Amino acid sequence: MAANPQTIPYRRIYVWELPVRLYHWINALCILLLCISGYLIGNPQKIFAANEAYQQYWFGWVRFTHFAVAYVFVFNFIFRIYWGFVGNRYAKWDRFILYRWDQWKELWDTVLVDVLQARVYGRKIIGHNNLAGFSYFVLFHIFLLQTITGFALYSSMSDAFLPRLFTWIVPLLGGDAWVRQWHHLFMWFFIVFTVIHLYLVFYHDYFEGRGTTSSIIGGWKFERDDNIKR
Amino acid sequence: MKKKIPSIEQSMQAKGYSRRDFLYFCGVAAAAAGLSTTSLGQVVKAFETKPRPPVVWLHFQECTCCSESFIRSTHPIVADIIFDTLSLDYTETLMAPAGHQAEKSRDDTIKNNQGKYILLVEGSVPLGNPGFCMIGGKSAEQILKDAAAGAAAVVAWGSCASHGCVQSAKPNPTQATPIHKIIGKPVINVPGCPPIAEVMTAIVTHVLLFGKIPELDSQGRPKEFYSRRVHDTCYRRPYYDAGLFVESWDDDAARKGYCLYKMGCRGPVTYNACAVTKWNGNLSYPIQSGHGCIGCSEAGFWDNGPFYQHLGAFPGFGIESTADKVGTVATVATVGGIALHAITSNIRKQKLIRENMEESVTVHPFKGEGGADVEAAEAAKPEETKGGDE
Repeated sequence: MAANPQTIPYRRIYVWELPVRLYHWINALCILLLCISGYLIGNPQKIFAANEAYQQYWFGWVRFTHFAVAYVFVFNFIFRIYWGFVGNRYAKWDRFILYRWDQWKELWDTVLVDVLQARVYGRKIIGHNNLAGFSYFVLFHIFLLQTITGFALYSSMSDAFLPRLFTWIVPLLGGDAWVRQWHHLFMWFFIVFTVIHLYLVFYHDYFEGRGTTSSIIGGWKFERDDNIKR
Repeated sequence: MKKKIPSIEQSMQAKGYSRRDFLYFCGVAAAAAGLSTTSLGQVVKAFETKPRPPVVWLHFQECTCCSESFIRSTHPIVADIIFDTLSLDYTETLMAPAGHQAEKSRDDTIKNNQGKYILLVEGSVPLGNPGFCMIGGKSAEQILKDAAAGAAAVVAWGSCASHGCVQSAKPNPTQATPIHKIIGKPVINVPGCPPIAEVMTAIVTHVLLFGKIPELDSQGRPKEFYSRRVHDTCYRRPYYDAGLFVESWDDDAARKGYCLYKMGCRGPVTYNACAVTKWNGNLSYPIQSGHGCIGCSEAGFWDNGPFYQHLGAFPGFGIESTADKVGTVATVATVGGIALHAITSNIRKQKLIRENMEESVTVHPFKGEGGADVEAAEAAKPEETKGGDE
């Protein structure tokens, strides 16, 4: 391929601050561990079945992992909410809660360009586009539901303050069996979300070429100078 | 003419029990109510002085398994509570009078003992059509409301009276309703299908002894018996923690008595005292005899899908759709959608891809390093790049 004679100026923008990146990766690790351990709790696999009970505690450890990681997940999430008020403009709460009309118009723009592909070119947003922001807003509610149902299930085994706050959820949902059922179904939301999330990383990185993937590791994004409104 | 109600001791003496029998009974009653030996004096005093409380036991939409369980309280003297020490003035199954006499007996007890009698209710009440359950020309709802108005304490025996049980299974044609939703006073819910006999007698003893209802949880169940899960008190629990499970009813693990969790055992979602008090004179309970718990003391157990799997019917997705099936279908559909999107993106955005490619510059593997301005770097330090890889 011939060298392009025209020089195109790019700017680099520090988008994801270190706390946001840390939150992201701790969250990703937690969700991975929670999904694996949670799935195993729901469907225990036949492993080490030849041993005697006194020789092992593997299922106990799987459950312990689930409970311990759940606490990390919850406090990490609480930290992220806090950072939504003190972080930079790309981490702010108004990236997720669309309260202005132009945010919804931009969301529709993203639907047309990226989802339906009715148009080839679209506006380029530096941080989350508004469709992504809205998806995370929905996701945060699933986090919340998963936290509530999780603590409700845990409350019968714990005297700790936090889980005891959620005992009333159990009769509300029709007993532990139903809390468990919803908790189990929400796990699949995380799996479906992860599949889409990973695909969109590939999609945006390839079609837009501005360092989407590496931005969550180093924090930097690259944008053509003429796309930046200052 | 109103008769003076004798105390429990007096009524026992009248039946020929000795003082020793009476004290023995007090000890058993105190133990059943969970009291320590130091409070035995109070128990004796209460039974010497308190009048024997009359009991009205109502039957509505039920199978009488609660009564059957109750009369099989294994400790003979505990069973005597109901037959000898309580004044069981009305119960369809066991009372002597019949017809108008029976109705009169009930009405008299209620009229003459306002605020003193204990009301025990077995069965749910149909609100759909009163004709589904009529006794002596009165609807179940009316009988219950009349009886509950002047009761000192109301006990809901079993899952029918506590939760509605099988006759309230979807679509609940009779609108079978648990009694706490009908009467406006606190109800002691004693769920189970049936409840454990010893639990029933202990609750009656508690009411008898203290003249007040035991400590209840948010669902109206006595905390003493319903605060722990069957799973947490199960003798097979160590197998659960060790990850040793029965995989099918005829495998070696079933013979060894491993955990029945994978066979749909409801122990982890059921609050009851089965694993502690056990059944039939502390002999056994369902899990001990090799079958999983079906969660009969939990609200809605009759609608929670097959007994041999945990995740049964899911609303809106058909009868055999578990959360895993719903999730797998959603994931596969998502992956399919993504594959389609990736293909159409590459076709639809060809122009964009071409433009991006044109924007790309070719950089010499070594020459290009260290600076954006390739030409300038080459001009400034030509000697450094000489003798490169080419």
